[in-house]
Amino acid sequence: MIELRNLSKSFKTADRTVDALKDINLTINDGDIYGIIGMSGAGKSTLVRCINMLEVPTEGQVLIDGVDMGALNTKQLREMRRGVTMIFQGFNLLMQRNCLDNIMFPLELAHADKETAKKRALELLDIVGLPDKAKAYPAQLSGGQQQRIAIARALATEPKVLLCDEATSALDPKTTHQILELIRDINRRLGITVIVITHQMSVVEEICNRVAILDGGTVAEEGDVAEVFSAPRSDAAKRLVYPDLAESAPTSRAGERTLRVVFNGTKTTASPLITQMAIDEKIAANILYASTRTIGESVYGNMLLGIPGDDETVARAVKYLTQRPNVLVTETRQNDEKGE
Amino acid sequence: MFTDMFAPEKLTEAWEIFKTEFPLALWETFYATLLATLFAVILGLPLGILLVAGEKDGVLPLPAWLLKTLNVIINLLRSVPFLILMILVIPITRALVGTTIGTMASVVPLSIAAFPFIARLVESSLREINPNIIEAAQSMGASPLQIILKVMIPESVPSLISNFTIAITTILGYTAMSGIIGGGGLGKIAINYGYYRYKYLVMFLAVIVLILLVQGFQSLGTMAATKLDKRSRH
Ligand SMILES: Nc1ncnc2c1ncn2[C@@H]1O[C@H](COP(=O)(O)OP(=O)(O)OP(=O)(O)O)[C@@H](O)[C@H]1O
Ligand SMILES: [Mg+2]
Repeated sequence: MIELRNLSKSFKTADRTVDALKDINLTINDGDIYGIIGMSGAGKSTLVRCINMLEVPTEGQVLIDGVDMGALNTKQLREMRRGVTMIFQGFNLLMQRNCLDNIMFPLELAHADKETAKKRALELLDIVGLPDKAKAYPAQLSGGQQQRIAIARALATEPKVLLCDEATSALDPKTTHQILELIRDINRRLGITVIVITHQMSVVEEICNRVAILDGGTVAEEGDVAEVFSAPRSDAAKRLVYPDLAESAPTSRAGERTLRVVFNGTKTTASPLITQMAIDEKIAANILYASTRTIGESVYGNMLLGIPGDDETVARAVKYLTQRPNVLVTETRQNDEKGE
Repeated sequence: MFTDMFAPEKLTEAWEIFKTEFPLALWETFYATLLATLFAVILGLPLGILLVAGEKDGVLPLPAWLLKTLNVIINLLRSVPFLILMILVIPITRALVGTTIGTMASVVPLSIAAFPFIARLVESSLREINPNIIEAAQSMGASPLQIILKVMIPESVPSLISNFTIAITTILGYTAMSGIIGGGGLGKIAINYGYYRYKYLVMFLAVIVLILLVQGFQSLGTMAATKLDKRSRH
């Protein structure tokens, strides 16, 4: 378990002080894939770097399985870091070492026996799906392959926590998906707790079970991914979940009222529901915005509907839609949604 | 003054001098250069590492005054013209080698002149390293010494070799210059025959051999740097 208690970090530059983190409190349970999402400059990297003390917090504590990271001496901290490893946006492999030697590197640092280290590195090459790249140099690999090698390297010392700082941000969507699959697989098979730093909603949606939304150095919202993403409460969360609303608000026609429909594991697809409503209730809803995804047979996400007509029509639409299990309907005034 | 340089008797004379004196002179220049480079690297490499690692946010921060002192010493040594430095260090040369003339004696001022230069070259090589790679090593629990020995130096090998090649060719030039105050080698031949005895052809031959040496070192260095660099996708 990782506990962040009243964690603050400020940077003093020549002319001013930047408060990158302000009084962060988070608990990350063993086995979680925990997402930390936020806009650029929100403090995500600073937060994750505080966990392994690459950045020393100005105030507060980082407890890993009850051990206060800030109270360790240099030697103890180095040992602790073998159990809390990290992968990066830029992969950060040693360019003058081949893949096998890169994976062996952390074991070499720990003065592990060379033969054992080599055996372990070969196993890890298998796990990350690149058994034939032992002798290749990083420059000869694609970005996705380099990140796989970096993952293997991060696993070499058998860590219990893997920190990923924008690990897929330099990759294309398909490769991103493959790397996320690999991380999920590692989390399940090896029981490693994963902390995923990202600015992409899709990354959190794809693999995280819990998420914290970081905004201006504070935690704006925290909870189960499905909950936070289907019904965001904070402004920061809304901006992330409905990015289109912030930029170009969908325009509802004059006289239309707006309903937000949240699908939280609904056993239907979204648009047939609207078509069905038109047939059954004779209400021609106008889809202003939709961001839904189907996982298995269930729909998650949300939709904004423009409903033409009076109170009675709106009430009928709400009643009709809420009949379905796991559908949440609220009437919204669009101007509230837009933010500023 | 160069009018009868290629007169038949001058050609035979130059050829005689070339045959009898050049092989030894070439060898002297060669080993003075390599020996001086070796000593300069022994002193300059650790110094260059300290300049980078010892910075405030380096892997092995040094007290600010110490870093400043090192920088001042390097700048001082670098700003003394080589000819004057050779004369300034005569007492040191005498103490170390026992004499101030000959090839061995010239290695002392050469090393002293070259090590601050090498330190700066090493510094610039190490600064090319992607700081994120160093941070990654720190995140894996590497100690400062491990970072220096296993990350900073190996990662900058190609750049170090390129820079050492620059150093060797520069030191080669200095070696020739040391002929003026008693150093041996091709420089001595060029000065003795060309300057004191007006045998320009011999001087030009010495210069040509020096040029070939520089070319040789440069090609070897470039080849080694390219060959050892694993960043290319060959
Ligand atoms: N070493 C530093 N010195 C001064 N300010 C810093 C330092 N590191 C980070 N900051 C500041 O702290 C704030 C948070 O930075 P951080 O890198 O954690 O953001 P981030 O959420 O990771 O952003 P991004 O998505 O762009 O990577 C920023 O305002 C940044 O300028
Ligand atoms: Mg960042």
